[in-house]
Amino acid sequence: MDGNAPDFAAASLAALADPQLRGNFRRAMDGLMSKRAVQFADAGEWHGVRALAASVRLRALSKLPELLEKLEETCTRNGITVHWAATTDEANAIALDILHRVEAKLVVKGKSMVTEEMHLNAVLEKDGIEVLESDLGEYIVQLDGTMPSHIIMPAIHLNTKQIAHLFKRKIKDAESREDAAYLTDLARRVLRAKFQAADVGMSGVNAAVAETGTLCLIENEGNGRMCTTVPPVHIAFMGLEKVVEKLEDVPPVISLLPRSATGQPITTYVNMISGPRKPGEQDGPREVHLVILDNGRSGIYADPELRDTLRCIRCGACMNHCPVYTKVGGHAYEAPYPGPIGKILVPQIEGLAKRGAMPHACTMCNACVEICPVKIPIVEIMGRLRVEAVMPGGAVKDGGAQASRTEAMVWSGWAAMNASPTAYRFATAAMSKLGNAAPSSLPMLKEWTNVRTKPRFASRTLHDLARAKGIPDV
Amino acid sequence: MSDARTSILSKLRTTRDAHPLTPPVSDYAPIEAKQWPNEERLPRIRRLMEAVHTEFLDATEADWPAVLRDFLAREGVGSLLYAPETDAGKRLVEGWNAGSTTLIPYDRPLESLKPQLFDSIDAGLTTTRGAIAETGSLILWPTAEEPRTLSLVPHIHIALLRADALYDTFLQVMREQEWAQAMPTNVLLVSGPSKTADIEQTLAYGVHGPKRLIVLVVQP
Repeated sequence: MDGNAPDFAAASLAALADPQLRGNFRRAMDGLMSKRAVQFADAGEWHGVRALAASVRLRALSKLPELLEKLEETCTRNGITVHWAATTDEANAIALDILHRVEAKLVVKGKSMVTEEMHLNAVLEKDGIEVLESDLGEYIVQLDGTMPSHIIMPAIHLNTKQIAHLFKRKIKDAESREDAAYLTDLARRVLRAKFQAADVGMSGVNAAVAETGTLCLIENEGNGRMCTTVPPVHIAFMGLEKVVEKLEDVPPVISLLPRSATGQPITTYVNMISGPRKPGEQDGPREVHLVILDNGRSGIYADPELRDTLRCIRCGACMNHCPVYTKVGGHAYEAPYPGPIGKILVPQIEGLAKRGAMPHACTMCNACVEICPVKIPIVEIMGRLRVEAVMPGGAVKDGGAQASRTEAMVWSGWAAMNASPTAYRFATAAMSKLGNAAPSSLPMLKEWTNVRTKPRFASRTLHDLARAKGIPDV
Repeated sequence: MSDARTSILSKLRTTRDAHPLTPPVSDYAPIEAKQWPNEERLPRIRRLMEAVHTEFLDATEADWPAVLRDFLAREGVGSLLYAPETDAGKRLVEGWNAGSTTLIPYDRPLESLKPQLFDSIDAGLTTTRGAIAETGSLILWPTAEEPRTLSLVPHIHIALLRADALYDTFLQVMREQEWAQAMPTNVLLVSGPSKTADIEQTLAYGVHGPKRLIVLVVQP
């Protein structure tokens, strides 16, 4: 076990003990679930578009190396400079090189999960570059000095009162008003000045079209447009799985992403960026860069079962419907991607020594699978990661790191008992007679009995009951 | 050629070839099936866009500049940025009576217009390439003559929508207008004024982009 590994169990217990946090999440997730349900009231339409979107993502994965080459070719033809990064360090170095060349002092950023993965803000700040998150939720979280707790609604863990206090403390001349409209307008004033002055704008990518060299970006606030239009340089970051083959593949993804995420039929803005400012054009950045990041994705791609992880379109619906995420919130995971998708993606990127606890934080209820718009078999992958966590030699980094000698002995005893009819009869008879005498405070039992009644063993085994009915043992 | 590029592509190709993936056929029928009769498209677009605070004005080819002028005067809009080289821009200035609203041409690069654009211009006028009934979205196709920031920075965005340019779906418009043949620098779907729900899921309008979106529907 990595000594610096996040302690998911401890963080979860702390979250469970915070009624304000639980209330904030409960209210938010209930709202998001019911809004999504309204959008997919027509089951036939849901199944049809979902199958289409899943096929689009699978087709992209089936041709991934060719599509990335094609994307590079079309982007380059359009005037976009394409960069490749095997690791987050390489991606950060690419960003810094561009920033140094253009002597950037101020960067405005749209929402980008990949840059969270890269810890880009910390790298830029260490280099003396001011970087400002411009999505309102991300801006709030940045002011608070914490990290996003949801990939779509980064500040969902805070209520209006908490945000009003934060703004009062951190923004000059802010009034103490617990009013979302006032707080939004205050952020508008601060950030508009930054958009105007920024040297570089940064963004993520929702889908990159190989056919046309187009970067698609969806958002509600207009900050994505500001970051990709107003500063003289735009740098976009994407995980290598974000490519799609054709322009026609964009509508199914756009149809499902906002409906799954927040229950909106579409986001306010769908941006399709196909190059820097052309001669004669009056606005738009003069340079556009695309950074394609691997960071373990090619390893995920190598395994035919784990590969499905890369279908994800980052809608966050799995989080909204997850009974574990809904109770503990996003910060307990201490990861760039929380919730069900985080539980399968992060351990594969960062390894099981550091993230081996994450796949265990699942009830296997399948809610995430039922609502996933691209049909990722999240629970199956979770099961596979649980096995990899305790079995060395698998495909995932640090396989076997969670192996426990006690657990191995228990399972080996269980296997031996079930392999021998005599041992099985002896053990089941013993449990019927003595099992109820075991105190609920026993190690391994007490975590269960803390919040549940201890199960009672029947006085007669199934075999006894069968024999009594005249059914012979085989 | 970077080392990262070579190693990433090589790894992807090797592992994919070892475990090829056969995807199901992409059946676009569920999107193609979304169709509305002519007379239902505009009411649907209005309903969806009004639900997110978009405002509509009705006009004809003959009177839209006058309808717009009256609206701007009524709302006390002091300045309107427009694209002087477009047909719509030329129509706008024809016979414009210097009243309460000053027309400002977008006739220079963003860099020299930035302070004015951010600090003192109230509204921007753009054309559209039509609208989409499925989602209630305007299609904006910025050009050298009609810059992107016209619809982004001013507090009010006014969009001209011709009532005979309505489509059922995003997919349909993309196919009929053959977007894949020549994408411009930037294409946009706009479905309302800028909004956010990042503060306790309370909807608030005008967070970074325009606070108001006015669609001027022009009947042929």
